[in-house]
Amino acid sequence: MTNIIEIENLSKDYEKGFFKKKKIRALDGLTLSVAPGQIFGFLGGNGAGKTTTIKILMRLLFPTEGGARILGSDISDVKMHSRIGYCPENPYFYDYLNASELMMYFAELLGIEPSKRRGKCEELLAKVGLQEKDWNRQLRKFSKGMLQRVGIAQSLINDPEVVFFDEPMSGLDPIGRREIRQLIEELRARGVTVFMSTHILSDIEALCDNVAILRNGKLAASGNLHDLLTKSGEVQTFEIIVKNVSAEIMRGELSNAAGFDVGEKPNGASIMVSEEDDIATVLSAARSRGGNLVSVQPVKQSLEELFVGSEE
Amino acid sequence: MSDVRSGSNSIKKIKTIALNAFREAVRDRILYNLVIFVLLITAAAIFLGDLTAGQEARTIVNLGLGAILVFGTFISIFVGVSLVSKEIEKKTVYAIFSKPIGRGEFITGKYLGLCLTLFVNVMIMGCGLSLALLFVGGGNLAFRVWGATLLIFYQLVILTAVAILFSSFSSPALSALLTFLIFLIAHFSTALRELSATLGSSASEFLFTALYYLLPNFSTFSFAANASRGEFPSLALLGGGAVYTCFYVAALLAMTILIFNRRNFK
Ligand SMILES: Nc1ncnc2c1ncn2[C@@H]1O[C@H](COP(=O)(O)OP(=O)(O)OP(=O)(O)O)[C@@H](O)[C@H]1O
Ligand SMILES: [Mg+2]
Repeated sequence: MTNIIEIENLSKDYEKGFFKKKKIRALDGLTLSVAPGQIFGFLGGNGAGKTTTIKILMRLLFPTEGGARILGSDISDVKMHSRIGYCPENPYFYDYLNASELMMYFAELLGIEPSKRRGKCEELLAKVGLQEKDWNRQLRKFSKGMLQRVGIAQSLINDPEVVFFDEPMSGLDPIGRREIRQLIEELRARGVTVFMSTHILSDIEALCDNVAILRNGKLAASGNLHDLLTKSGEVQTFEIIVKNVSAEIMRGELSNAAGFDVGEKPNGASIMVSEEDDIATVLSAARSRGGNLVSVQPVKQSLEELFVGSEE
Repeated sequence: MSDVRSGSNSIKKIKTIALNAFREAVRDRILYNLVIFVLLITAAAIFLGDLTAGQEARTIVNLGLGAILVFGTFISIFVGVSLVSKEIEKKTVYAIFSKPIGRGEFITGKYLGLCLTLFVNVMIMGCGLSLALLFVGGGNLAFRVWGATLLIFYQLVILTAVAILFSSFSSPALSALLTFLIFLIAHFSTALRELSATLGSSASEFLFTALYYLLPNFSTFSFAANASRGEFPSLALLGGGAVYTCFYVAALLAMTILIFNRRNFK
C-alpha cells in the first residue's frame, strides 16, 4: 500500500520583529514518508521543529516551501481531515464547557449520527482514563494531565485512520502514561497509523516501529528504530541495583570476572553489565552475601545519543 | 463508519458552531445586561410618574431605545472583537481546524452565534420596553417601538461584522477602538458630509462623501425620536434596510474570511 503521510521538502520560516523582519528557519527541507499501520516516532530536542511540522500538516500554519499529503490528499483538502485525528501539544479547550459537552460538540461537528454520539463520547472519555465524576466538570477546572486526556479522547471521535499526537504523554502521571501507551498500541492493532512526537525515550522504545529524528529543523536520521540503534554501534547495557550489600563487597565478589562496573548506592550498590547473561552472575553474587535485588534496568545509551546527536 | 466519512454539510456545521457561540455568550454572562435594563426601565416607569401620561411614555421610549442601542453596541464591539481572537489566543482553534471545518464556516458560525445572542438580547429588552409602556398607558407606543428596535438590530448586526473584520488582522483592543470609531462616523456620516460641503475644501468634501458611501449609514436607521412621536418606520425602510444589511454583512464577512484564510496560528 502507498504511504499514508508524505512530506516533501517542507520548510517554514517564522518572522521575528515588526519593523525589521528577521526570519527564523524552523523547518528546513523536511522530506519524510510514513507507511500505514505503524507507530511512527517523530523525535527531536526542544525547538527541533516537531510541533511546527505537525501544525503545518493540520493546516494551522502555512509552509514557506514544500507541501505534504495525507491519505493521498493534499493537506489543504478539508474533506480529508474527517479521516484524521489530532491532539495538540498542551491542548486547551473551551473554559465554559465540560468534558462531555466538548466531546458532544466535536462529535456533532464531525457529523456523527445523533443516536451514536453520547455512547461514543463516553466510551472515549472512559478509555483515556478520565474518571466519570469529572465528565461533567467545567474544563477550566481541569489539570494539565486531565486536559491532555481530553485532547486524546477528542482526537479519536471520528474513528480516524491516522492520528497525530504532539507529545501525548506530557503532563500525565505514571498510570496515565501506561494507559495512553496501551491505547496507542490498541490503535495500531486496529490498523490505525499513529504519528507521535515525543521526548520520552522509554516510550519510543516501547512503542515506535519507525522513527524520524529532527535536529535544527532538518532530518538527522530516519528508519526502523532497531536498525538505527544497531547501526549506531552501541551495545546495550543493564544497570542492576542491589541493597543490603556494599559496593566494596560486590567488587570483591565480581573481581574475577571482567566487564562489571560497580558503583556506590545508598544502602547498596549499582552494577553495570553489558551482557544479558551476566545479570544472573551478579544476582547470585549479591545473594551469596545477603544482598537483595532492587531493580534491573536496560540502559540504551545509543538511543540517547541518537536523540541528542553530535553537533557536526 | 460511512456516516462519519460522508461528513455533515456546511450549513449543519455552521449551525453547530453558531449554537455553541451562543452557549458561550450565555455562560459568559453576556445576558446579565438585561438585569440592568429591566431596573432602568422599571425605575423610569415609577419615577417619571409626575409627568403627564404622554410625556412619560415618550421619555420611556427614548430612554428604552437609547439603552437598547448602548447595550447592544457594547456587546457587538466587545464580544465581536474577542469572538475569534480569544479562540486563537487560547489555542482552541487548533482542534477545530484539524477537523474538516473550513475557516469560512468557522467565521460565519461564530458571527451568526453572536447575532443570535444579540437577537435574544434585543428581543428581551424590546419586550421590557413594551411592558413598561403598557404599564404607563402607552398601549399604542408599546407596539410601535418594535419598528425602531428592529432598525437598531440592523445596526448591531453590521457593527458586529465590522468588529470581526478588524479583529481578523489587529489586536482586540485596537479592533474595539476602530469599531467604535466606525460606529461614530456611521452615525454622523450624513451630518459630516453636509458639514464638509459647507467648508469649501474639495479634498475634505471628497473624503466625507467617500466615507458616506463606504461606511454603513446608521443615521437612516436611527428612528428613536420618530418612534417617541408614535411613528412607525415605512416598510420600504424596514425592507430596504434588511437588504442593505444583508449585502453589507456579506461583503464584510467575505473580507474577513479572505484575511482569515491566510493566517498562521502560531
Ligand atoms: N510562534 C513562533 N514564533 C517564532 N518562532 C517560533 C514560533 N514557534 C516556534 N518557533 C521556533 O521554531 C523552532 C521550532 O519550534 P517547534 O515548536 O516546532 O519545536 P518542537 O520540536 O516542537 O520543540 P518542543 O520539543 O520544545 O516542543 C524553534 O526554534 C522555535 O523557536
Ligand atoms: Mg513541540
